This record gives sequence, structure tokens and C-alpha cells, in this order.
Amino acid sequence: MSTNGAGRVLVIIPAYNEEPTVARVIAGARQHAPQADVVVVDDGSTDRTAEVARAAGATVISHPINLGDGAARQTGFKYAFRRGYERVVQLDGDGQHDPACIPDLLAALRPGVADVVIGSRFLEDKGYKAQPVRRVGMILFSAIASLVTGQRITDPTSGYRAMTREVVSLYVTDAYPQHYPDADVLITSHFAGFRIIEVPVRMFQNVTGKSIHSGWRPAYYVFKMLLSIFVNLLRKRPRRREDGRWNLG
Amino acid sequence: MEPRLKMVAIGLSLALMILIVELVRRRRLREEYSWLWLLTGAVIFVLTVWFDVLVWISALIGAKAPASTLFFFGVLFSMVISLYFSVRISALTDQVKNLTQELAILSSQVVIERSPSNAADS
Repeated sequence: MSTNGAGRVLVIIPAYNEEPTVARVIAGARQHAPQADVVVVDDGSTDRTAEVARAAGATVISHPINLGDGAARQTGFKYAFRRGYERVVQLDGDGQHDPACIPDLLAALRPGVADVVIGSRFLEDKGYKAQPVRRVGMILFSAIASLVTGQRITDPTSGYRAMTREVVSLYVTDAYPQHYPDADVLITSHFAGFRIIEVPVRMFQNVTGKSIHSGWRPAYYVFKMLLSIFVNLLRKRPRRREDGRWNLG
Repeated sequence: MEPRLKMVAIGLSLALMILIVELVRRRRLREEYSWLWLLTGAVIFVLTVWFDVLVWISALIGAKAPASTLFFFGVLFSMVISLYFSVRISALTDQVKNLTQELAILSSQVVIERSPSNAADS
């Protein structure tokens, strides 16, 4: 159990009721990133996610109540920031993201050149096929993110990302959303002066058959994301102060 | 304005203000949330008693009946209060999120310190 993360890598796995899959994700992360510490943020799961994750060798941080996907990731960032980790990788606990790609994300990370690395399922054809409705949403946000950042971003909704400590210092602030953090976070990062790149990754679809994108949620998701991006454009750009904290717009 | 309506408006606005003060006295309502309610009651009271101002405002906003003006302001204040609450709830939601995250991080460390592998040291 490492307590000092200086110069080290933290793998953050947000998990909400992922008992069937989380152990496999942890094992994959430990196998492919043996130098990294693994922390699972259990977002108030009602199943045995926390016990299973602990048994699989991860540090487990459990929210006593369900806060949302973004808040779970942010708890991991706060932990990483305080413990002094230099690099962070986040991947989902549902097994959608192939842990074998962790080294690719970390290898691409370079402060000042590539501060945020997105694992993209569309950069190369790795066999990912989205449902038509989701595909339309992904194309829309890809177009918006590319337009705003002035570079091609093929997969802004990917939750498979790596980032430097400087980026984490921004993500621990209230600029990081509690729900659905994806395209808007990239835009915030871009406005804060960070460089974003993508590397191809393999993703599996619908591992457990459940998704945040069901029922009315896709409509709310699209609305929230468009509003969030729109107000981001109206805000002043985040500026990093001398003491390393952020002035948010 | 109809004397009867005037009585009702005065009665209701006074009752509202008394209720708010009483809730604050019993510590059921915090001072910081009471002022908008007191303001609502006070404005309705003043407009009802001081009829000329009500007529003047009615002409200003183009209302035909002074009573409409009264209810217009009542609804307007209710909306402002609702919006104010939405803003407060947003702030509270952020606070709850941040506190929960702190608690989760801290308690994960307590679990580590009390785990069997470390228990032998203590």
C-alpha cells in the first residue's frame, strides 16, 4: 500500500454496482500497469463492489451515498492530487475499457505537449459499433469539441483518459461537473491551456447490458452537455495562479 | 379597490409576516431565508394600505385593475423566491458532494489504518 505517490501513476476506476466486472478491470490494470496504484471509487453501490474491489487488491474509497459519475471520478482526482501522483489514468469499472491500452495512454502523456490523452474508439477501426442514436450524439459532440478546440477530436465522450498532475489540479475544483463529465471537461481543459491528444483504444460495448444512456437520459444528457459547453464559451478562461490554484471563470 | 378585498390583502400579508417572524423565533426558519418572505408580505401590505402607489404602479405597468397589480407582485415574488431556492439548492448540492468526497477519502484511510496487516503495529 503506497502512501506517497510522488512521480507515480494512479489508476482511478469509478464503479457503481459493478460487482460482476470490477475485479477483472482491477486485475487487468495491475497486469498492464504494474507500476501504478489502483483506486476504486465506489459511488454508493448497493452490491458488493467495494468488498470485491478490495479483495482484488485495489484501494477502495466508498461514497456513503450515490453522487454521480463525475463526482466519483473527482473523488479519485482529489485522492490523487493530495497523494502527489504525477499521472492519472481513469477507466470505467464496467469493463468497457480494455486495461491493455493503459500503457498506450501513459506513453502518450507529456506535460505541455499532451496534458490530456483520450482513449478514442474511433481513431482506428477497432471494431466498436455504437447504436445509431448514440452514434448521432457522438458525431454531434465530436463536431462541437473539434470546432471549439480547433483540433480533430474523434471521441469526446470517452471516459478512458490519462492526464498530468496539472490537469488534475483543475479537475479537483468545482469546474469539474458532478454528472456526465466528458465533452465539456475537454473544452474546460482546452480553455485552461492544456493540450489534448487522442490515442486509439479498444472498447467493448454493453458489457453488463446497462448504460447511463437509457430512457429519458439521452435527451437530458444532450441538453446538459450543450448548455454546459455554451456557458463555458461565455465564461472567462480558467487561469492558474502562482500558488498552483485556479481562478475559475 | 373593494374594501373586502383590501381587508383580505391586509390580513393575509400581516399573517404572512407574523408567521415568518414566529418561524424565525422558533428557529424553524433561518434569518437568511426569511428576508425575501418578509419583503413579500411588506410590499403587499404597503401597496394595499397606500392605495395611490398601487394605482400609480398599475398605470405604470399597464394593469387595468389595482388588484391585478397586487397579485402580479405576489406571483413575481414567489417566482423570485423559488429561483433563490434553486440557487441555494445548487450551492448545497455542491457542499454535500464535497463533504461526501472528503468523508469517503478520510474513511478509506481509517479503514487502512485499522486493517489487520497494520493492527500488529498499534
